[in-house]
Amino acid sequence: MAVWQQIGTYAIVFAVGGALCAIAELLIVRTKLTPARILVIFLIVGIILEGVGVYDYIFKVCQAGISVPIVGFGAALAKGSIETAKAVGFVGAFAGGLIRTAYGVGVAIVMSYIVTLLFSARAK
Amino acid sequence: MAESTNAVKARNDRYNKFVETVTPKTNMVKAMFHSFVVGGITCMIGQGIGDIVKAIAPSMSADMVSNITSMVLVTVAILLTGLGVFDVIARQGGAGSFLPITGFANAMASASMEFKTEGLIFGTSVKLFSVVGPVVVNGIVWSSVAGLLNLWIMGM
Repeated sequence: MAVWQQIGTYAIVFAVGGALCAIAELLIVRTKLTPARILVIFLIVGIILEGVGVYDYIFKVCQAGISVPIVGFGAALAKGSIETAKAVGFVGAFAGGLIRTAYGVGVAIVMSYIVTLLFSARAK
Repeated sequence: MAESTNAVKARNDRYNKFVETVTPKTNMVKAMFHSFVVGGITCMIGQGIGDIVKAIAPSMSADMVSNITSMVLVTVAILLTGLGVFDVIARQGGAGSFLPITGFANAMASASMEFKTEGLIFGTSVKLFSVVGPVVVNGIVWSSVAGLLNLWIMGM
């Protein structure tokens, strides 16, 4: 029973994550939007979803399908900002987003630096 | 006169047909399918990492599990970028490779590696955020606005 539930969760994760990426691909092919703009659009969608409070309900169903795409990064920023603002006052709104996403961004900076020291860019 | 214009027209038609056969077809359905599969698999790997972390440390809070999941995903993506494997995936995956958090990490690592030749300070350190800068800046600005708005609305 639990196994089937697990398989169902993974199927939903695959479907939702894949669908978001397919929508982004459609935007690239059909419109003249650059990848950077599409990333920002999806990020702001995530911030709005968290800001109006529906992200948690979507996350309960979709799990990593919504949190691994950049939508989840936006939602984490907004969630940190909102929670810290409630805890310490309005100044927390400026710090909260960074505090919550610091793990991922910090490790990305450190690992990028290390990888740059170890490898050189190859010709494409 | 009429004959020559007809000849020109026929030649142009032939040329256009030739161009059509030579131009690679950007097959939208195929590209979307590739993005779907690559993006879906990336998300499933993320879910798998989260489940493994939860199994190893059951007392860990849900926030910490998601933090560690994104840290593992980012680390793996940057290592694959350094080894040149990520480019192979990105060529097929399209949006499926840049929309997940792994694409964010890849953009940082590839920018910093590309500018290594200009030095570690003025190359790598300056250009590290050259691709993901818009995401970080917009993310911080609009999440701060969301935080302030929420506080203001709750205060009323």
